[in-house]
Amino acid sequence: MLMLRMKSSLRFFEQTILLLFWSATAVWAGEPKGSASHGTNIFAPASTPANSIADLSVFVLVITGIIFVVVFALLIYSVVKFRGRAMDSGREPAQVYGSTQIELAWTIIPILIVVVLFLATARVIHAIEDAPEPAGAVEVTVIGHQYWWEFRYPKLGIVTANELHIPVSDLGHPTPTFLQLLSADTDHSFWVPELAGKTDLIPNHPNRMWMDPQRTGLFVGQCAQYCGTQHAKMLLRISVDRADDFVAWVHAQQKPAAEDAAAIAGRRVFEGNACMNCHTVAGTSANGRFGPDLTHLMSRTTIAAGAAENTHDKLRLWIQNPGAIKPGSLMPAMKLSDADLNAVVSYMETLQ
Amino acid sequence: MSAVTTSFQNPAAAWHLPSRGKVAMAGLIIAESAIFTIFVVAYLFYLGKSVTGPTPSEVLETPILYTICLLSSSLTIHLAAKSLERDYRRLFLGFWLLTIALGGLFLYGTAQEWHRLIYERGLTISTNLFGTTYYSLVGLHAFHVTAGLIMLLMVATFGFIGRMGVSQSGRVAVLSMYWHFVDAVWVVVFTVVYVLGR
Amino acid sequence: MSSNVITVPVSQTEARPWVDELHQWLTTVDHKRLGILYIVSSLLFLALGGVEALIIRIQLMHSHNNFVSPEVFNRMFTMHGTTMIFFVAMPILFGFANYLVPLMIGARDMAFPRLNAFSFWLSFLGGLLLYFSFLGGSGLYGAGSAPDVGWWSYAPLGARAFSPGHSSDYWTLALLVSGFGSIGTAINIIATILCLRCPGMKIKRMPLLVWMNLVMAGMVLLAITPLSAAQIMLLIDRYLGGHFFDTQAGGSAVLWMHFFWIFGHPEVYVLIIPCFAFMSEIIPVFSRKPIFGYPVMVAATVCIAFVSMSVWAHHMFTIGMNSYANSFFTLTTMAVGVPTGIKIFNWIGTIWGGRIQFKTPMLFSIGFLFQFLIAGLTGIMMAASPFDWQLSLSYFVVAHFHYVIVGGILFALFAAFYYWYPKMTGRMLSERLGEWHFWLFLIGFHLTFDVMHVPGLLGMPRRIYTYEPGRGWDTLNLLITIGAFTQAIAILVFVANLIISYFKGAEAGNDPWDAWTLEWSISSPPPAYNFATVPTVVSRRPLWDLKHPEDPDSRYE
Repeated sequence: MLMLRMKSSLRFFEQTILLLFWSATAVWAGEPKGSASHGTNIFAPASTPANSIADLSVFVLVITGIIFVVVFALLIYSVVKFRGRAMDSGREPAQVYGSTQIELAWTIIPILIVVVLFLATARVIHAIEDAPEPAGAVEVTVIGHQYWWEFRYPKLGIVTANELHIPVSDLGHPTPTFLQLLSADTDHSFWVPELAGKTDLIPNHPNRMWMDPQRTGLFVGQCAQYCGTQHAKMLLRISVDRADDFVAWVHAQQKPAAEDAAAIAGRRVFEGNACMNCHTVAGTSANGRFGPDLTHLMSRTTIAAGAAENTHDKLRLWIQNPGAIKPGSLMPAMKLSDADLNAVVSYMETLQ
Repeated sequence: MSAVTTSFQNPAAAWHLPSRGKVAMAGLIIAESAIFTIFVVAYLFYLGKSVTGPTPSEVLETPILYTICLLSSSLTIHLAAKSLERDYRRLFLGFWLLTIALGGLFLYGTAQEWHRLIYERGLTISTNLFGTTYYSLVGLHAFHVTAGLIMLLMVATFGFIGRMGVSQSGRVAVLSMYWHFVDAVWVVVFTVVYVLGR
Repeated sequence: MSSNVITVPVSQTEARPWVDELHQWLTTVDHKRLGILYIVSSLLFLALGGVEALIIRIQLMHSHNNFVSPEVFNRMFTMHGTTMIFFVAMPILFGFANYLVPLMIGARDMAFPRLNAFSFWLSFLGGLLLYFSFLGGSGLYGAGSAPDVGWWSYAPLGARAFSPGHSSDYWTLALLVSGFGSIGTAINIIATILCLRCPGMKIKRMPLLVWMNLVMAGMVLLAITPLSAAQIMLLIDRYLGGHFFDTQAGGSAVLWMHFFWIFGHPEVYVLIIPCFAFMSEIIPVFSRKPIFGYPVMVAATVCIAFVSMSVWAHHMFTIGMNSYANSFFTLTTMAVGVPTGIKIFNWIGTIWGGRIQFKTPMLFSIGFLFQFLIAGLTGIMMAASPFDWQLSLSYFVVAHFHYVIVGGILFALFAAFYYWYPKMTGRMLSERLGEWHFWLFLIGFHLTFDVMHVPGLLGMPRRIYTYEPGRGWDTLNLLITIGAFTQAIAILVFVANLIISYFKGAEAGNDPWDAWTLEWSISSPPPAYNFATVPTVVSRRPLWDLKHPEDPDSRYE
């Protein structure tokens, strides 16, 4: 993968700027900065695409910063130095109409700046967009829905929702994740700032992106393309796992739904009401595709695409009345009796 | 009482500026060209992308006769305008009515074509992408022909009551600019739909 | 050199009954009155759009707020954007163009006065139609049936399947109707400038304001029409079962994006170029020097007009275009910064060596220069498409375009108000209130829009009705909201100034600023016929030549 090559002194200068930026903006961010949980700061990249972007961004910021300082200085100087004084009134200053040399100078210099910026940018565009997919890459198909994320691992036979698990990648032996982006309804955008730039999910227009996170932990993001009422609550959680943890997770997800005899009543409620028309529970007759796959619901820390914690009370409230948590969500209130509701929740809680 | 004083030099010698009618019509033509361009782009973009339903080569028949009618009407309106410039009022009215007739024939041909497509071949605006883009593009053009014909009929009425003379030739020139534009658009639409598209 | 002095008596008339006055205003075809109608109606929509903005800001003041429901919030940001672009910015600029262009070219009216009136009323009624949408659906408290698809109405969100009911139709129809009004005005401006210039006013002698409105009008013809075409296609989809943007039938959501942004990008240049025009008239007068590099300013404007037609897909960097397309649009977007930057340098070159008078129009002009510079530079940042893959669809973009629209366009408009209000009303606006307005607005503007860049850098997307705590966005959003209210207060000061000065302002006379273009040669307000005799000009600054016969511009041009 191509990286921006700079002279070492200039690179040091840029890393310093990057560090200053990161520190300054990190002051605002509340997230603890350990390996456990990460924030959404585009200047705290943890993956090659995000790194390349951050490096390019600093370069662009330095250049535009210099332009700003120069032009601003000229503006302030001219406003201060040439302010009219009372004694001047009545006399007009020299009426200067222009100067061809000056015009040429301030045309050519910006053109050169544009050329430099463009070349630097084109390299990064190509490096990120045209990166080939290596053999060991994890493949995920992301399908955007109003208002949740469907994740399918075609080669691993896994289907899950809203919370993605991918392996950490080592620059020496990269194990990147390549995402194919599709949409089931309207436009969405996949944005986890510390791992990559965003790419849209557009119906009838498959897209592709990749990331190779170099730190473990939880990375967060959310949908960035307005998709309807609950666009704001289409959150993303990406758990970057160590290789062995990732393998363990895969194996757990590949199993069909746990069968717990104690929850049979709840399962009957689930299958008897319209739940199975929208949801899948692998290994049962429920195979709906409109809503998230629930086979391993309890392996997720949140429900409703991050709108609520995955606790007993919230789960119960969600099934009883989704509008209380996420008004505008496309899951209807099922209008279950209390007994049925409790049974279904118990059943859900067996789906580890 | 307040006074407004102005003091400038005497008006200069010959100061010629373009006629505002022609400039305005040129502006309208530019704007309309942009609208048609977008519809043509959509048509071309969606060629071959229909998921179902009849394709252009299966159902379209090249409307040679009606195209000749419309394009000839450009000639007749030009002759009408020239006649009016020389104040040959009857000749003007004759060519003008011929223009209207040819334009009307074109619209009749379009209507006939659409009737055949809808009732015999089952192609409507909602059938597939081809249907949507075809009826929209050809329909937008036909709408502009209709609007033009209405204007032409108004002028014909003025002609019949004896109000059209050489002093109106500027306005007639502006209107014929519009009519030429409508014909030029048909050349493009015809090429895109009946030549390239099949 | 002989000169004609013509005395035109203006007789006193009795005050007319208000019904008559109202009728005069409703049926006027006079470009000056239509200009004022455009400006006043824009100020009304500015108030409505401003209230929508304040509702947005209150809701976003802290995380997990519930001042309004998500449905209402989504209608608010859609209406705010649509209102501000189509019913505030465009009409107010058309209003100033209408008022000033005939005066500056020595004409008596626009080329087509009745078309002028028709265009205004189309525009205004389009706005009323849009706001009528508040009265449908779930009632006023739930923001009725106002559109909630964002001001771009991306496909397929705007399709029947995802927007049942009529909210989307209000958006589409209101903009179609007012769009036709805009096209009419653009045609009128072009015909006026090309066909009604007074003798001696060759194209290369026109004031820059006239040049720039000519370029703007040309762009309107080519920019608004793609949107009209796309909206007709959307209506065909919604009502005739068409499939233009129906992804299930093979249609393309990306095609809507292309059509929309082929409109959308030139549109923002349509908005800024008349503001360049104001700056090019005001800065020279308050620097007491002619504009530096008149021919270059013209060339740069024309260059911007052409290049800006090739940059549109920089709004689409995240949709997955291939690397060649992304590179192309990166290049063209960066390229359009060159002529734009040249203009900033020319304005500074105008100030340089001058004798600056810090009256209110100049205060706002200096603010414009500072802010437009920053806005242009954040634009260059986003032109680098990988950087844009992070910044797009976030609050960084929102900060950038508000920096241009509020920090650039609105500041230039304020300058224009303070500069030409004396001409339109015969009264000076209060300098004192003007300074209060300027400083309050400046502080509020910077508090809101400087800070707003940071949540974008910290990952906050746009168009979200609420956000998670713990992302570091809370304090920033609170500061942004405080700035918004500060700006609102400043606007109230401005409106107070407009009203109070109308009754109590100092008399302006013909030429309160000692300026040089033709509108300052006639009374304030001008008579209905503008000029008693059509003037003849021999230079770019006719009044400078009259006031300085020993050193006229005509000697140097």
